[in-house]
Amino acid sequence: MARRASPEVNAGSMADIAFLLLIFFLVTTTIEKDKGIARQLPPKIEDTPDVIIKQKNLFIVNVNKHDQLLVEEELMDLKDLRQAAIEFIDNGGAPSGSPEFCNFCKGKRSPESSDNPDKAVISVQNDRLTSYKMYIAVQNELVAAYNFLRDRESERLYGWKYTQMKKAIDEGDITDEKRVESIQEKLQTVQDLIPLKLSEAEPKKSGS
Amino acid sequence: MSKFKKKKSGEIPAVNTASLPDIVFMLLFFFMVVTVLRDSQLLVQQKLPKGDQVEKLKKDRSVFIYAGKPGAGYEKFGKEAKIQIGDKFTDVSNIKFALEELRRKLRPELQDKVMVALKVDEETNTGLVTDIKQELRDLNLLKLIYITTPGNQLDN
Repeated sequence: MARRASPEVNAGSMADIAFLLLIFFLVTTTIEKDKGIARQLPPKIEDTPDVIIKQKNLFIVNVNKHDQLLVEEELMDLKDLRQAAIEFIDNGGAPSGSPEFCNFCKGKRSPESSDNPDKAVISVQNDRLTSYKMYIAVQNELVAAYNFLRDRESERLYGWKYTQMKKAIDEGDITDEKRVESIQEKLQTVQDLIPLKLSEAEPKKSGS
Repeated sequence: MSKFKKKKSGEIPAVNTASLPDIVFMLLFFFMVVTVLRDSQLLVQQKLPKGDQVEKLKKDRSVFIYAGKPGAGYEKFGKEAKIQIGDKFTDVSNIKFALEELRRKLRPELQDKVMVALKVDEETNTGLVTDIKQELRDLNLLKLIYITTPGNQLDN
């Protein structure tokens, strides 16, 4: 007796089923793209010791409830903020020879502005009615100022840009572990050279 | 020489579709892998501010706080900006409990490294954000990230 050939399964509709599933996943997919400005909050400590910061080392940014900027007692547009912050941090006003002298600063070295990037503190003060949009824009510009200087210094020291290298590490583009470690050390050096010193005062009550 | 008979010209051969399922399956697997099903339904309006000095969010160690005006379909909750944690509205005084609940859902080894992701609508007042930040300081959750959309506020 001849063996009966088992009938072929008809796979013609497989494509249809796959399409159906594909369309379902296409519709439900939201590709994760969350990115943002990272910040570290100061820990809550009772009776904080008063730290005295010299007036010249303080860069005060005030935002009122109409989203207007007052930088160092002067009205300023948002687009000028980045440059003003760079000039302030990079000033290097300490006289040469003193321990605070900044040997890499390229600023004006004005004695009325910050001594060195380590001493320079940017203080942001918001009104409670400032819009969040403006708040983020100000933060973004100030971080951009720091990133600009860090890029400059890391290019001078190591020949690559701080922000690019940090991004590469964050995204896991560099796999060699020894290399990652050495780069992270260098990133830390640049961070120590130009520390991000952003202080946020508790916002005033609206209108005051 | 009939062995090498010329094919009849003029007839278009049918396209072989046997590999079509393979291609579709490939796409299917790609989307299955990248898909994240939305875990909490948004009750608030979310138009995030723009920023370009950004870092990537580590999703496995973050808890989300949403804030903004009640979104479309939730107008009955008023026009004032509200805070949403998980899938319900929360009061400022209630943030602690809601966050603690969310934190317990994370992997135990990451619970100490929690990062709080703030997704706040751009029309919200900063005062609300400050209140949230004060609560976070009380909770000792000091790592924080303001989620933004790519772009720059300056070149609108």
